[in-house]
Amino acid sequence: MSVVNTVAVTAGPRRGWKSASTWIGAVIVGIAVVCAVFAPLLVPHDPFAQDLGKRLLVPFWMEGTDPAHMLGTDQLGRDYLSRLIWGCRISIFIGVTVTIVSALIGISLGVLGGFMGGWIDDIVLFAVTTRLSIPVVLVALAVVGLLGSSLNLLVITLGLLLWDRFAVVARSTTMQVRNLDFVAAAWCAGCSRFHILAREVLPNIASHLVVVATLEVALAILLEAALSFLGLGVPPPLPSWGLMIAEAKDYMFFSPWVIVIPGVALFLLVLGINLLGDGLRDQFGASTDR
Amino acid sequence: MLRFLIRRLIVAILVVATVLTLVFVLTRLSGDLAISIAGPGATQLDIDTVRKAYGLDRPVLTQFFDWVGRAATGDLGESFFFKARVSSLIAERMPVTLTLGFTGLAIALVVSLPLGILAAVRENTGFDRFVQVVALLGQAMPSFWLGLLLMITLGLKLGWLPISGTGSWEYYVMPGIVLAFSAIPALTRLTRAGMIQAMSSDYIRTARAKGLSRASILLKHALRNAAIPVVAIAAVQLGFMLGGSIVIEQVFAMHGVGFLAWESISKNDFPVVQAVVLVLAVIYVVLTMLADLMNAVLDPRLRGA
Repeated sequence: MSVVNTVAVTAGPRRGWKSASTWIGAVIVGIAVVCAVFAPLLVPHDPFAQDLGKRLLVPFWMEGTDPAHMLGTDQLGRDYLSRLIWGCRISIFIGVTVTIVSALIGISLGVLGGFMGGWIDDIVLFAVTTRLSIPVVLVALAVVGLLGSSLNLLVITLGLLLWDRFAVVARSTTMQVRNLDFVAAAWCAGCSRFHILAREVLPNIASHLVVVATLEVALAILLEAALSFLGLGVPPPLPSWGLMIAEAKDYMFFSPWVIVIPGVALFLLVLGINLLGDGLRDQFGASTDR
Repeated sequence: MLRFLIRRLIVAILVVATVLTLVFVLTRLSGDLAISIAGPGATQLDIDTVRKAYGLDRPVLTQFFDWVGRAATGDLGESFFFKARVSSLIAERMPVTLTLGFTGLAIALVVSLPLGILAAVRENTGFDRFVQVVALLGQAMPSFWLGLLLMITLGLKLGWLPISGTGSWEYYVMPGIVLAFSAIPALTRLTRAGMIQAMSSDYIRTARAKGLSRASILLKHALRNAAIPVVAIAAVQLGFMLGGSIVIEQVFAMHGVGFLAWESISKNDFPVVQAVVLVLAVIYVVLTMLADLMNAVLDPRLRGA
């Protein structure tokens, strides 16, 4: 369980919003969110429309490109840029919804354990230990494989598997806050247990949880891509980036760009989210120190 | 120490028991197993025969306790598709996965220990920032995509390494690198943080005051203390790697346990799926327990916990 808390907050010269890397992350995430939300308006072509006469057209930086298809077309003649933008919508959707599900589970368990202590805390710790011993990719594959692939099932499965970090961080931060003076003051003022949890504890651990949330969004996006790549994630013909790489795999030795384009998109999005998350951690870390 | 050991063992057994239950529930989620085993085009008679042959007509609780009882003695049942003992199937495929896992861990340690130590020694310099960028890039890299890129570059363009399959040691290099990538960021950050903490402690100041050489201080005093959490996390990472190798075995067509699991999932061969999940969970539990014990041996302060 010490996996989570041992990431050191480093003393660098520029951190948080003063650091360029935070802004790079914010810009990448911003672009991705705009693409995701406005995808139906942004796509130059129908991402599902096949045109077998225009298969595997090359992107703009290569000889013989078609100006109508900036990033070329895939093996079924579908516009690659449109599929990429639509894929961003899927990635962001999965990332956000999985994180909401896992946050609900993890934060509830973590706050409960950290606040109540005793045998309740023992059970929470045990649940986290058990969860960590379950191989995520394998179980997610098995569930989707046995029940059939659908977007909703994928979100629920990943949500049920990725709550551990929320629980660990919520638990340890709640334990720190629980014994502070303002919580004691609230007890003395006769506030209910629920009021103290919702009004005193949660707002004070929220910044830590936001940082965890960014990490989880990135992790969920990577896992979805891996599952879709293995053919047991997002069902075709939806253009998930992982699925695009899987479908293009047979052509990669002749035209490497078919796997490079969706891979770079995936890499950049995850990198952007991580940069933003690190920036937020430093920002909040600095403000809670004082 | 004995009390700590017993406590840790009880928790481990409880975790395995919980996983056992969860895995059983998981495989029963898919509806009527007899129908999926009999396959498409099976008559009602076929289905009934299958149901009887595999004992699926018994009450669920009986099936559950039967499975738990057998699993406890190492009998993991029989595969529907391969028509072989699950335990021998897994034993046959395990060497590939273990070799891959240890190769990945070795590469990860060889890369992250020096990077972490050097970054700590040169804290806040350009090199330190470079190492942090490397860790960030590694964290964002989708493993299956990195695998494909290596196949194109190292395999096809440069022709240095074989593209897929298993055989001589060369077949393990590319997948090992890919697997190592998942552990390098965490291990590097941890080594760096541990070294920075160790270097600012009193015993290092004493060692400096005694006039010991810089190398001796770094390697004999600081590294030894910084290594404690790194060793523990390395064990945990190995557990994650064995679980995550399913993706990489598929990319590189390596017939290890992960590949077996993937095949079984697509064939609805649930005895194999539940057995692989169980075996990987047990390996993880054993690894974390060993890590905890090792920590307790190295650092007596942890034994009370």
